[in-house]
Amino acid sequence: MMFRFFRKAGFLEFLLFLLRRVAWSLLVLFGLSVVIFIIARAMPGDPVRLALGPRASVEQVEQLRETLGFNQPLVQQYGMYVAGLARGDLGRSLLTEQPVADDIRQTFSATFELVLSTITIAFALGVPLGVAAARYKDRWPDNVVRIIAIFSAVTPSFFLAILLQILAGYVLHVLPTTGRLPPGLAFSADNTGLITIDALFAGRFDVFLEALRYLLLPSIALAAATMGQIARITRSSMIDVSSQDYAEAGRAFGIPERVRVFKYMLRPSFVPPLTILGLEFASLIGNAFVVELVFSWPGMAAYGVRTILQKDLNAIMGVVIVSGVFFVLANLVIDVLTGIVDPRIRIRGRR
Amino acid sequence: MTQTSLVPETRRLSNAYRNWYRFSRNPTAVIGAAIVFLCIFAALFAPFITPYPEHVGAVVNFRARHQPPSLTFWFGTDNVGRDIFTRTIYGMRISLLLAFVVLGTAVPIGTILGLLAGYFGGWVETVIMRVTDIALALPPLVMALAVAAVLSPDLVNSLLAIAALWWTWHTRLIYAITKQIRTQEFIEAAETLGASKIHILFREILPNCVSAIAVKTSLDCGFVILVGASLSFLGLGIQPPTPDLGTMVAQGAGFLPDFWWESVLPGLAILFVALGFNLLGDGLRDLFDVQEVR
Repeated sequence: MMFRFFRKAGFLEFLLFLLRRVAWSLLVLFGLSVVIFIIARAMPGDPVRLALGPRASVEQVEQLRETLGFNQPLVQQYGMYVAGLARGDLGRSLLTEQPVADDIRQTFSATFELVLSTITIAFALGVPLGVAAARYKDRWPDNVVRIIAIFSAVTPSFFLAILLQILAGYVLHVLPTTGRLPPGLAFSADNTGLITIDALFAGRFDVFLEALRYLLLPSIALAAATMGQIARITRSSMIDVSSQDYAEAGRAFGIPERVRVFKYMLRPSFVPPLTILGLEFASLIGNAFVVELVFSWPGMAAYGVRTILQKDLNAIMGVVIVSGVFFVLANLVIDVLTGIVDPRIRIRGRR
Repeated sequence: MTQTSLVPETRRLSNAYRNWYRFSRNPTAVIGAAIVFLCIFAALFAPFITPYPEHVGAVVNFRARHQPPSLTFWFGTDNVGRDIFTRTIYGMRISLLLAFVVLGTAVPIGTILGLLAGYFGGWVETVIMRVTDIALALPPLVMALAVAAVLSPDLVNSLLAIAALWWTWHTRLIYAITKQIRTQEFIEAAETLGASKIHILFREILPNCVSAIAVKTSLDCGFVILVGASLSFLGLGIQPPTPDLGTMVAQGAGFLPDFWWESVLPGLAILFVALGFNLLGDGLRDLFDVQEVR
C-alpha cells in the first residue's frame, strides 16, 4: 500500500507537506517553551528560596542566584533554559534526588504503553460503533451508540476508573486493580520499555498475558471519552459520505453492501476520527494523570502527581514539558496519517 | 387595532412559540434543561434543602461515621460522620460557581478576540490565531496542574489556570463564523453607511454568533466541571474542609470497597451535572442548527 501511495501521489508533494507540518510543530514547541518558562520563572514565589529552605542565609541565596543565572536579563535566562532543554537537562528532582530526565525516562514507557493501548481500544470500539450507528440511523443501534457517546463524554475518568476497580476488582474478582505486573513476576522490558511488546519478542507469553490483564482496566478508563467522540464523529461522517454521489452510484451499480461500506465509504470517513484523536489527545494526557494515580500505574503522570504535591518544581516542569512535546509529536504523526489517508489534505496542506 | 401594528407582534410571538414548541419536542434538550435547573436550584437554596447544613465545615461526629445510605443520611456519612448528601449539594454549588466564573471570563475574552481576528484579518488575525493555535496545543489539565503546583493550590488559582486556556476554543469558533459573515452584503451595507467598527462588530456580527456561543458555552460548562473535579481529585483544587465533589471522591476512594457510597455517590453527582449541561448543549445545537460546534 505504501509503495502504491508513493508512486501515485508524488513523493515531492508529500515531502513538502511533511516539511510544513514539522515547521508548524517547531513553532508550537517554541510557544510551549515560552509558556513554561514564564510559569516557572515569572510566577510569584522565589525558586531559590524554595530550593534552599527558610534557614539559608542571604549570601547563600545570592550565590545560588548567581550560579543559576537568575541575575541575568530574562531573555538570556530563557536562552540558557532552552539550551539546557536541548541537552536533555531538566534539572534535579528534590523528591528522588536524581536528574529529572532520568526519572522521566524510567517512567515514560509505562505511560506510553498505556496511551498506545488506549488509542487502540478507542479506535477498535469507536469506529465499529460509529459505522453501526450510521448504518442503522435512527434505529435502536443508533440510539444505543448515542447514549454510550454521551455518557462517555460526561463521566470523569477518575470516576470511571474507580467504578471499574469496584466492578472488576472487588465484585467480580477478574482483573487486577493496581500496578503493572504481579508482584512476584520479574521481567525487565529493556528493548522498547513496553512490557507487552518486549514479552512477545522474548517469547514469554505468560508475561504478555499477565501484562495485558494489568493493562486492560486503566486503558478502558482512559479510552472511554475518546471512544465516544470517535463513535460520534464516525457516525456523522459516514452519514455525510453515504449521501455523496459516488456512494449512491455504488449502490446503483449493485456493488455489494459490505464492499460499499467498508471499502468505499469507510476510508474517507477515517479522516474526522483521526482529527478528533489529535484534539482529544490533550485531554487524554491530562486524564492519564488521574487514571495512573487510581491504578497505581508506575508512569510519568503518577510521578508528576507525586512531585506536584511535594512542590518539586524541576520535576513538575519536566513532566509538563515532556507531556507537551509528546502531545505535539503525536499530533504531527496524526497529521501525516491523515495526509496518507486523504490525498486532498496532502496537496492542500491544511485540514 | 390596525393590521399593521399587529404584524410584528404576532410574528415575534409565533417565533418564540415555535422555538418553544421545537424545544419541548426535543427530549434531549428538555431532560438537559431539567437537570441543569434542578442543579442550579439545589445549589442556590442549599442551606434550606439540605438536612445538615452545619456538616459543611470541619464537623466531627465519630459515632455516626461510615453509615450506609439510609432515610436519616440519604447518601450515607463519611469517615468523620458528616452527611454526604449535604456535602454533595454544597459541592455542586462550588462546581457550578467554578464553571460560571471560568466561562464568565473565558467566553467574553475568546469572543472578542475571535471577532477581531475574523473581521480585521491581516496581522491582527495572524497574531491572535497563531497564539490561539499554540495555546490549543497545550494540554489544559497539564497546564492547570503546573500553575496550581507553582502557586498554592486553591480555588482562585485553579480557576485562573483553567480560564487561562479555555478562551482559545471560543476564539477559534467565533473566528470561523466571523470570517464567514464578514463578506456578506449586510456587513458591506453597514460599512458603506459609515457605521463604526464597534457597531459592526457588536451589533451586526455578534448577534449572528449568539446561538453558537450558547451551544458551546453549555457544552463547556460540563467540561469545565469535569476538569475542575479532576484537579481537586488530585488535591490541587479547593482545599478541605470546603466540600468539593472531586475531593470527596478522592477521600472516599481510600475506603473502597466497603464504604463505596463515600466515593460513588459524589462521583455520580459530578456525572449528573455534566450530563445536564451536555444534553442541554446537544439539544440547543439541534434547535439552533449550529453545525460549527463540535
